[in-house]
Amino acid sequence: MRSIRAAATGAVMLSLALAASACGGGSSTGGGSNDSPKELTYWASNQGASIEIDKKVLQPELDKFEKQTGIKVKLEVVPWSDLLNRILTATTSGQGPDVLNIGNTWSASLQATGALLPWDAKTFDAIGGKDRFVDSALGSTGAEGQDPAAVPLYSMAYALYYNKQMFADAGIDGPPATWDELVAAGKKLTKDGKWGIGMEGSNPSENVHHAFVFAEQHGADFFTADGRADFANEGAVTAVKQYVDLMAKDKIIAPGNAEYAQNQSVSDFAKGRTGMLLWQSASANLTSQGMSEDAYGIAPVPVRSGSPGPGKQVNSMVAGINLAVFKNTDNLDGATEFVKFMTSDTEQKILNTAYGSIPPVKAAQQDTAFNSPANAVLKDTLATSAAALPQVPEESQFETAVGTAVKNLFADAAAGREVTTASVKAALTKAQQQMPTK
Amino acid sequence: MSPDTTMTATAPAAQAAPRKNTPGAAGGPRPRTGRIRRIGLPYLLLLPALLLELLVHLVPMVIGIVMSFKELTQFHIRDWGTAPWAGLDNYAVSVDFDAPVGRALLHSFGVTLAFTLLSVGLCWLIGTAAAVFMQDTFRGRGLLRALFLVPYALPVYAAVITWVFMFQHDNGLVNHVLHDQLGITDKPSFWLIGDNSFIALLTVSVWKGWPFAFLIVMAGLQNIPRELYEAAALDGAGMLQQVRRITLPSLRPVNQVLVLVLFLWTFNDFNTPYVLFGRTAPEAADLISVHIYQASFVTWNFGTGSAMSVLLLLFLLVVTGVYLALTSRGRRTAP
Amino acid sequence: MSPPRSPMAPPRSFLWSRRIFLTLLTGFVLLPVYVMVSSSLKPLADVTGAFRWLPTEVTFRPYVDIWSTVPLGRYFVNSLIVAGAATVCSVVIAVFSAYAVSRYEFRGKRVFTVTVLSTQMFPGILFLLPLFLIYVNIGNATGIALFGSRGGLILTYLTFSLPFSIWMLIGYFESIPRDLDEAATVDGCGPLGALFRVVVPAAVPGIVAVAVYAFMTAWGEVLFASVMTNDTTRTLAVGLQGYSTLNDVYWNQIMAASLVVSVPVVAGFLLLQRYLVAGLTAGAVK
Repeated sequence: MRSIRAAATGAVMLSLALAASACGGGSSTGGGSNDSPKELTYWASNQGASIEIDKKVLQPELDKFEKQTGIKVKLEVVPWSDLLNRILTATTSGQGPDVLNIGNTWSASLQATGALLPWDAKTFDAIGGKDRFVDSALGSTGAEGQDPAAVPLYSMAYALYYNKQMFADAGIDGPPATWDELVAAGKKLTKDGKWGIGMEGSNPSENVHHAFVFAEQHGADFFTADGRADFANEGAVTAVKQYVDLMAKDKIIAPGNAEYAQNQSVSDFAKGRTGMLLWQSASANLTSQGMSEDAYGIAPVPVRSGSPGPGKQVNSMVAGINLAVFKNTDNLDGATEFVKFMTSDTEQKILNTAYGSIPPVKAAQQDTAFNSPANAVLKDTLATSAAALPQVPEESQFETAVGTAVKNLFADAAAGREVTTASVKAALTKAQQQMPTK
Repeated sequence: MSPDTTMTATAPAAQAAPRKNTPGAAGGPRPRTGRIRRIGLPYLLLLPALLLELLVHLVPMVIGIVMSFKELTQFHIRDWGTAPWAGLDNYAVSVDFDAPVGRALLHSFGVTLAFTLLSVGLCWLIGTAAAVFMQDTFRGRGLLRALFLVPYALPVYAAVITWVFMFQHDNGLVNHVLHDQLGITDKPSFWLIGDNSFIALLTVSVWKGWPFAFLIVMAGLQNIPRELYEAAALDGAGMLQQVRRITLPSLRPVNQVLVLVLFLWTFNDFNTPYVLFGRTAPEAADLISVHIYQASFVTWNFGTGSAMSVLLLLFLLVVTGVYLALTSRGRRTAP
Repeated sequence: MSPPRSPMAPPRSFLWSRRIFLTLLTGFVLLPVYVMVSSSLKPLADVTGAFRWLPTEVTFRPYVDIWSTVPLGRYFVNSLIVAGAATVCSVVIAVFSAYAVSRYEFRGKRVFTVTVLSTQMFPGILFLLPLFLIYVNIGNATGIALFGSRGGLILTYLTFSLPFSIWMLIGYFESIPRDLDEAATVDGCGPLGALFRVVVPAAVPGIVAVAVYAFMTAWGEVLFASVMTNDTTRTLAVGLQGYSTLNDVYWNQIMAASLVVSVPVVAGFLLLQRYLVAGLTAGAVK
């Protein structure tokens, strides 16, 4: 044992010395510079059906940008599974892209790290001013009272997709407007190996989005006004239980959906295995899976009663992608120029059409391309009845904690175990206790 | 692949036995010619390995330890050099077993320990049994040996992803066989979520790990002189007695190393649970490596994550130390 | 069928239990391999619907598609470069170290061996982020790009396999009679001459065993590859995730790609396995 101790001591001493010298440089904390004005690195998120498709969509636009400005953009499409990790490592090391896409719900969390360039009035003016953007989209760009950490790029909203043929066969007149109607319709659809609706039970983000909307409809929030986690309040518990009960009690979701995390529910819907789907901007996705636009209808996500609107009638989160500039960029002007290009009316039209999303830029939204019935529903939802997820620094942890709690509840439901108010409350309490204490 | 070539290839092994007669490495008097070169050379030879170990293992570990004393949350990760010192806070949180974070860590530790003991035990058992059964030549032995090594040779992700495919609830082979074909379960089970995930994880781990035990034990068996068995057989010892009286005792030193290495690798295994379950493992299969990964990368608290890793390292140090002390004492008292 | 029974032959009960045990074990081992092979020959509908033992029709389409769904070719080249270079360097460095330890007495020898071996205990997650920071800092200070480059990954992987390799080779070298290299030294070879002319040729099985181990380590690692690579340097371990797209999980392509990336390692492993056993016999297991 003596030799092990000797070895350990020796190694530690030597390493300490090296560590001190290796990391004395530390990560750079400076603002941006313009040291390399002719080049930009851009991390795009995976928006299309695959990374290769994304490259095909984006590259021509980047070429256009290079022609206009002489700045070459090196594109990397980062898969969702890696994106947050890559941003985190970039943040800790100061070595990252110049411009990057972030999920808009991460805005406040990433804002708190200080790694992203704040968009103050002056910077906004450089890209044409803040009022070019839709308000709801701006509501998901960072904590209230601070300069936004990013600029909206694509907007999306949840809608109810339903299979017209299956509805007709089951004798259902139109899309359900309330949850009671949805459950009733779901029960009619659930037979012969087909199911009422599909879910992604093992995908924490999807779970959290739905939990949030259900909670809003019950007048509940997951954070108190002063930003403290409050996951296990009565409204939240009722909301989460109502969501999980679609599988546990109403039995209109196939138990197998509890392990879905890779968009299998979209594929099930496209193949006619489920009659309904709650999804954000699924059209492009469904088309590429061979489901024709006539085969399905799009309706607003149901509410408890009445019609969707502000307040308790919220029926979607403000989903979308924001574009951010990494503070350590060595081409600040170029990066700003690139954001201006990507949020210009022309590019907004091209990109949002390609991805089936809605432009967060007012002028671009007016374009006829976004007036199809499908887009009308999404646009309307975004404008009137969508709410942003909590804009607090702990948002990212909240997604993981609550999303995982709901995942475990679905696992219980799928295994035939009872899901009770008490068990939901216990799961949410545990999730809350995992949050950093202030 | 015939037995003869194997024997030729293991020729050095035969010479290994009388090795103890040659001047030993430990402390034997050495000729003092070219003293300076002799002194400098070994260090020179070790230098590359030393530098790499420092760069990739030791210095990062020390930095990791330093991090465990810092408050490295999202507010400070951008410049961790100036992040405030947290003292022992990260450790206090990790080992406060009345609070959720500590309790979750303890749970994860328990799961990992149970998983590791079962996995190592099964790997060793299957590996040893297979090696003993295949000690004698029989038709097809070479082919079988090659087949048995396939799980070990497959890249982890390729193997584990195949198991994911097989463990799916709706379309997986496992449920197809257990439920549809054999009717053992009255409804399809979940393997990748819920309590069964522990069984799934164990199955994959054993499937992947036992060939290594097989390989090592097989190599160990080749060092046992045949005459021992022949003598035992003449004494009238049966197969089982031969295994108990000759095979297992001769394998002791091999097993000592094998079990330790398997234990460390299994305990620290990240690839298998990560590919099997993704970044949030089900509670029943919440292995500590993924748990710590989640504590650091998913909740953005690298300080607590590092503290947990350090605790894990300390635990493994103690286990290894105790294990080595116990087994080498056993070895010394053995005849 | 039954072999000629000598007086030394094992009893029937042994033969039967051996037959049963080995049959069951073969089934367990081959099941996933069968699934991998059969599913890789199925059309997509077969792998997204209920499981079937046989394809409705055998198609080689997945083997064509895998190269275009994700840039598998590039990942393949990256993995080959990274694993190949890591293996070569790891073997060379391990040979030097093992030679020093097995042939010389020097201060700090035990410290060295114990320290190197103890790194096997380190949880990878503990030094993932620090290592990343070090690479970035080295990059900032010297301009040598280690993060995101193949070089960084090579350094990392070769060090991962070093401890076990050194330890195995020490054992192997010690089994080679010392008289041989001392004779060579007397004949006028320097110590290095003795190493390369006598010790290394005699230790080929051990060296092959170490090389196989190092290659496998580098070829299969997931965690560090996911953080330390980018689009152009991504390795197979991470790249294979690309088959689960937003649309569908292309299980038939995943299986085909898994098979394709496994073939080089498995083939190499099986070809070299007798060296491996021999190397282990003399080295690790002495």
